[in-house]
Amino acid sequence: MMESVLLTIITAATPLLLAAIGELVAERSGVLNLGVEGMMIVGAVAAFAVAYTTGSPYLGVLAGAVVGVGMAGLFAGLAVWLATNQVATGLALTLFGLGVAGLVGEGFVGIPGVQLEEVSIPLLSQIPLIGPVLFAQDILFYLSVVLTVGVWFFMFRTRAGLRLRAVGDKPEAAHALGLHVNQVRTLAVLFGGLCAGLAGAQLTLVYTPQWIENVTAGRGWIALALVVFASWRPARVAVGAYLFGAVTIAQFHAQALGVAIPSQVLAALPYVATVVVLVVIARNRRFTMVNTPAALGQPFVPDR
Amino acid sequence: MRLSLERRASVPFWAEIAAPIGALIFTLLAGAVLFAAMGYPPGQALYAYFIEPLSEFWSLHELALKAAPLIIIAVGLSVCFRSNNWNIGAEGQFILGAIGASAIPVLMPGASGGWVLPAMFACGILAGALWASIPAVLKTRFGANEILVSLMLVYVAGFLLDYLVRGPWRNPEGFNFPETRSFGTDAILPELISMGDYGGRANWGIVIALIVAVATFVMVARTLKGFEITVTGASPRAARFAGFDARATTLFAFLFSGAMAGLAGTIEVSGAIGQLRPTVSPGYGFTAIIVAFLGRLNPLAIVLAGFVLALSYLGGEAAQISLGLPEEITRVFQGVLLFAILASETFMRYRVRLSTRRKAEGAKP
Repeated sequence: MMESVLLTIITAATPLLLAAIGELVAERSGVLNLGVEGMMIVGAVAAFAVAYTTGSPYLGVLAGAVVGVGMAGLFAGLAVWLATNQVATGLALTLFGLGVAGLVGEGFVGIPGVQLEEVSIPLLSQIPLIGPVLFAQDILFYLSVVLTVGVWFFMFRTRAGLRLRAVGDKPEAAHALGLHVNQVRTLAVLFGGLCAGLAGAQLTLVYTPQWIENVTAGRGWIALALVVFASWRPARVAVGAYLFGAVTIAQFHAQALGVAIPSQVLAALPYVATVVVLVVIARNRRFTMVNTPAALGQPFVPDR
Repeated sequence: MRLSLERRASVPFWAEIAAPIGALIFTLLAGAVLFAAMGYPPGQALYAYFIEPLSEFWSLHELALKAAPLIIIAVGLSVCFRSNNWNIGAEGQFILGAIGASAIPVLMPGASGGWVLPAMFACGILAGALWASIPAVLKTRFGANEILVSLMLVYVAGFLLDYLVRGPWRNPEGFNFPETRSFGTDAILPELISMGDYGGRANWGIVIALIVAVATFVMVARTLKGFEITVTGASPRAARFAGFDARATTLFAFLFSGAMAGLAGTIEVSGAIGQLRPTVSPGYGFTAIIVAFLGRLNPLAIVLAGFVLALSYLGGEAAQISLGLPEEITRVFQGVLLFAILASETFMRYRVRLSTRRKAEGAKP
């Protein structure tokens, strides 16, 4: 029982973690990409379509990642290079993504998908409880862990990470020092797209594994909230993602146990929890202010 | 290759009109390419999508029916966006407006008389404003991110509606269908022209939308409140020095846009639908964001923009019937349109230059 609950929590948390860690990098560079939901759902449909037609879930994962990067490229072209309003451009990306995904996915509704298989790590997966939960997972789970640690290391232990944060905090200063602000930002946004695409692939290859209209169901937005919740810190993003995974799963178990609460109340729980979390975090000003990228949401136009 | 932006010293008046029109033309071209790529004859598809719906009276009525909520919500949002507050949860406020307005005909099925409709409007507007007050208060009081809070509440509103129509508000004589009882005649918004050759389904909603747009235009352009909103959005520092209360402006902007979305929700259930169902909106609250931007946040221009986006809905339905085009194409179109509008804004404000790197560096000293 314990084991299966933990497994489901991890499965529910992984897409949130993947999407949020990517968005964290983008936001640290000063770009607020509200299009996570759109990148995610296009990644989800691409992953499903490719996995279904080729029979290989790994090609599906690749497709999700590529398409995520493509969507992010569209965003970067507008919001970074043409300096359009980031909030509105992100919204456009989400609307566009939902439309494209619906269009492509129309022929795939109700078709049983291809499941990404688990890869057991020898020896480690034999450990009781921890083994099957942590070391007999699909590659996307491993990838989410590696990316989280990698992003932390990159951001706070490397020169390039310092540059990225400089670009997000004071683009004018970074520019004066000879950094290519918009190039750095573009790379950060593309990384965010890659992660969102992977998150989408997880939904249609692991979580559900099939294509359902609107499969993301607001997870892209919750990932955005997680970044705020984590005050732009990778480790806290992971904590937040698993917490939200737990809330999502608690809702299913409560429904299964026949709790006398309307199912809609339970289904609304993750969204209400997000609001509560946003308020609690915002109340602690010092906690957030220290880590908020100072130039978040502001396009950078160098004057020569 | 290097892309650089140079701010234009001044933006000529014609450019402000040309920019959104250019965006529309770009979207049409992108649509033609998309149709061709999907294997439909582009000319025929575009005709079915954008011209055919305008050729008959009944479809013009449908156009007005769809334009009304879009215009009303977008006018509310334009005030909000002008003040640099990002309410992107109008969809939720629209749903709450629909619920609030339905409370009277559902809970008092026997209610009749002239008071019913005004009372429904009051309830709907109030419910929309209250729902919008949540992100506003959480922002002004605790500094919570209004974008995310307002969006999360869209999902919550959807579940609330779902609960009501499947649970306590379900029609007792409705064979378990998830919908409320049909509203009585006194709870129905009358049709504009119900009889004759020009008759059709359009109701007074479109007239209300025009009144709202003009009134808001006057408020923004001619009153102190409107000035406060514009200054707060354009330059928060200047607003502070002028003694304008930023929190009060945020609250006002959200309450106003929420009230408008609630009004639109009221019109939708009392006019177009006539009962409450699990889905009351085909995404009007989100599409209205595009309407607001296409109208460049000007309430009068938003009226035109509302008809354009209403046509995109109608064309989507028409093309689905006549050519078998999938319905989702509408959302793709809308997304592309918003991209194009935003890019056109940049081309209007800046001179966009593409140059090879060597040249740019050579020009530097």
